[in-house]
Amino acid sequence: MQDSNAIINEVTNTDYKYGFVTDIDTEIIRRGLDEDTVRIISAKKKEPEWLLELRLKAFRYWQTLEMPDWAHLNIPPIDYQDIIYYAAPKKKEGPKSMDEVDPELLKTFDKLGIPLHERAQLAGMAVDAVMDSVSVKTTFKETLAEKGIIFCSFSEAVQDYPDLVKKYLGSVVSYRDNFFAALNTAVFSDGSFVYIPKGIRCPMELSTYFRINAANTGQFERTLIVADDDAYVSYLEGCTAPMRDENQLHAAIVEIVVHERAEVKYSTVQNWYPGDKEGKGGIYNFVTKRGVCKGESSKISWTQVETGSAITWKYPSCILAGDNSVGEFYSVAVTNNYQQADTGTKMIHLGKNTKSRIVSKGISAGHSQNSYRGLVKVSPHAEGARNHSQCDSLLLSSTSGAHTYPYTDIQNETAVIEHEATTSKISEEQLFYCQQRGISVEEAVGLIVNGYAKEVMNKLPMEFAVEAQKLLTISLEGSVG
Amino acid sequence: MKAEQQYIELFTEYENLVCKYSTPVMNALRTEALANFERLGFPLVGSEDYRHTDVAQAFAPDYGININRLAIPVNPYDVFHCDVPNLSTALYFIINDTFYQKEQTKGLLPEGVYVGGLKSFTEKFPEIASRYYGKAATSDKDGIIALNTMLAQDGFVIYVPKSVVVDRPIQLVNISRSDVDTMANRRVLVILEAHAEAKLLVCDHSMDEVKFLTTQVVEIFAEEGAVFDYYDLEESSESTTRFSSVHVKQNASSNVLVNGITLHNGLSRNNYYIELNGEQAETTLCAMSVLDKGQQVDTYSHITHAVPYCTSTELVKNVLDDHATGIFSGRILVKQDAQKTQAYQTNRNLCLKREARVFSKPQLEIYADDVKCSHGMTTGQLDENALFYMRSRGIPEEEARMLLSVAFMADVVDHVRLDILKDRLHKLVEKRFRGELAKCSGCSMCN
Repeated sequence: MQDSNAIINEVTNTDYKYGFVTDIDTEIIRRGLDEDTVRIISAKKKEPEWLLELRLKAFRYWQTLEMPDWAHLNIPPIDYQDIIYYAAPKKKEGPKSMDEVDPELLKTFDKLGIPLHERAQLAGMAVDAVMDSVSVKTTFKETLAEKGIIFCSFSEAVQDYPDLVKKYLGSVVSYRDNFFAALNTAVFSDGSFVYIPKGIRCPMELSTYFRINAANTGQFERTLIVADDDAYVSYLEGCTAPMRDENQLHAAIVEIVVHERAEVKYSTVQNWYPGDKEGKGGIYNFVTKRGVCKGESSKISWTQVETGSAITWKYPSCILAGDNSVGEFYSVAVTNNYQQADTGTKMIHLGKNTKSRIVSKGISAGHSQNSYRGLVKVSPHAEGARNHSQCDSLLLSSTSGAHTYPYTDIQNETAVIEHEATTSKISEEQLFYCQQRGISVEEAVGLIVNGYAKEVMNKLPMEFAVEAQKLLTISLEGSVG
Repeated sequence: MKAEQQYIELFTEYENLVCKYSTPVMNALRTEALANFERLGFPLVGSEDYRHTDVAQAFAPDYGININRLAIPVNPYDVFHCDVPNLSTALYFIINDTFYQKEQTKGLLPEGVYVGGLKSFTEKFPEIASRYYGKAATSDKDGIIALNTMLAQDGFVIYVPKSVVVDRPIQLVNISRSDVDTMANRRVLVILEAHAEAKLLVCDHSMDEVKFLTTQVVEIFAEEGAVFDYYDLEESSESTTRFSSVHVKQNASSNVLVNGITLHNGLSRNNYYIELNGEQAETTLCAMSVLDKGQQVDTYSHITHAVPYCTSTELVKNVLDDHATGIFSGRILVKQDAQKTQAYQTNRNLCLKREARVFSKPQLEIYADDVKCSHGMTTGQLDENALFYMRSRGIPEEEARMLLSVAFMADVVDHVRLDILKDRLHKLVEKRFRGELAKCSGCSMCN
């Protein structure tokens, strides 16, 4: 018994393993947010006039807004003037090959296990790595370009494909959408841009890796994915941050536009620094993600594994505008210690015979609070809409909370909508069964939780699924007993 | 002028009259209620708990309030014969907002039981009354309850002392009767001491075609081991607006059933707040509404599990025709110490016409880990296959639809714990679906 306790203690005290800081030259601007900040960021990015105008409009609108308080979250006041809105690893005149990229930077991504280098070929993934505010390196660009696929950093896209960016930027998430969308539109610094032309099936997984490195900075990235008719792409997103005592803000926007018969699969493994065991530090993750199924028979599928962040406020949504379009949302949200998560989805049925499916699995441990909040809306003209939602919660401690707030607004009588939710804990019988067969409590919990989350994990691309499974087990370490 | 203002002015001007025709126990709460009402006002439409019901608009018109307690010249016993066959109830009436006093029929109820008007109860037993009145429905959270506490002058009381079992169901008929648009504010207070048992059936009727606005606050206290059934049947008119708020506080091992049935109405908002404060307490909350034309029923429930080993079952069903609106918002809160809780919540809606609207929000808020909680929500139409099956056996489509709708509602009625009443309700629901306006047949008022 003593042995097993020692083992539990050992793994329990395993800290956030991505919590290192890279010592790298960083260019940062002064703290604070005003119109000048917005202008500086825009100037640094050498942006065209229209984009600056958009930023300023968003900034002015943001000033009129108040921080929303409807979520089941306890958010300490955020001083928006005490944040650095732009930080970039210093660039030596554009690295031409991998050899010229700052070795410290490469080491960072090596530590994170991101295949930026030649070994990327083995992993078969195209990666765009974003550190603090700037996209550092995009791999496989040339290979993709042969097929006409555009995959580049957002700043490059603004320079090279202004028409596409102008057409789609803000078309799904307007700067008037909410508090954080307005803030992001005003100060976003970089992100990824993906365009898949007509009839092209993207041959590899596209991936973006986000990393906050500098202290006191906020990260505001923007992702825009456009899939033209009959296109397909699977997109992955991962994030980590160093361990710091103060909280850092991350407010991103992801927009997806899907045209006729096209499909976009968007997977996230969110592992921002969640704060320490006393709830000190950690990232505030306030993200607006939304996709629109514009064309007929189009499809958007969101898969997310949320294990990090001190506070998560995130609702990846689908607007099902095209007839026969499909929206899916698969989510596993794990909260431990003092983490808080309020996450879910919105499925807005506008077109005829649209279908949506929601599978949400919440796991709460420690003193954490985990909420599912979702909306299924069927508009008066959405004939034959179909939705099935399933939200399960697993409670691992008596001090944690699990909550579900599903909203349904049905305005068409042909809709068939189902929602079910359960809340329970791991049964003693299951645990006993595992222990009896020589599996330690910790491992048994890991096994059971992974089984519980399997339905969602199965939706992740292979490369991520392995990482996500490990992450799930690590996140729950020390939560039993 | 804001809708609140006319009520504040009315009360400030006529406070002495309101108090004069009421009792010290009820008057004691008015000043605080006024302050709360001024602070809270009516809930805003679009606010989290009132997303689809515009309260201020409902209260805005100028309604007459019978502050002077003028007697309405009608003897309900002469005209009202509710015949639930073979169900002999102890029958009482409230006309608008006033309890209809009659000679106490001796021998109908066991010794020590008090059933009657709230006004006379608070006069006769001020100590008991002040211990309970306004204690479950406090006026500091909801503007409508504050308004009711401020203006209500009378109501209905059931008091059952320790270990007394009232076999005979008690029936209260609320009659809305007036020649001008009228507002009525009334209270119901139910006190069941330890191991007491009783059953209450409340029927709401609107007799005239003028507009009625009623606010009703029901407080139910079930002490240890008490058993109580509360059936609330609304059979009013399209021009009736009703704001009802039922507050239940349950102690250990008590068992309360609340069953709200809406067959005819205009706009109804039914709030249910149930607190399980003692271990092994059990509660069942059912609600059903059959809606057509422009009817709207907004059901809101909040069940709190404060202690371990309690069970709650909630079942809310709506059938919507024409451009009716059905709203459900249910919340189950399981506090941190309430281990071994079992809480089940179900909301099912049947849409028959395109213009019908359903808004549903079943919520779970759970802070304990060893619990079994679930909720389910469905919205849909009648099963085509079932319809086809019945038609292929020679049942006309209309009839088949009606039968399936009746079957859809059956399990809410099945929760009724009085067999005779259950049969009666099954018939009433069926009649309602057949479109027969016969309301409660046998009651000469409605025919």
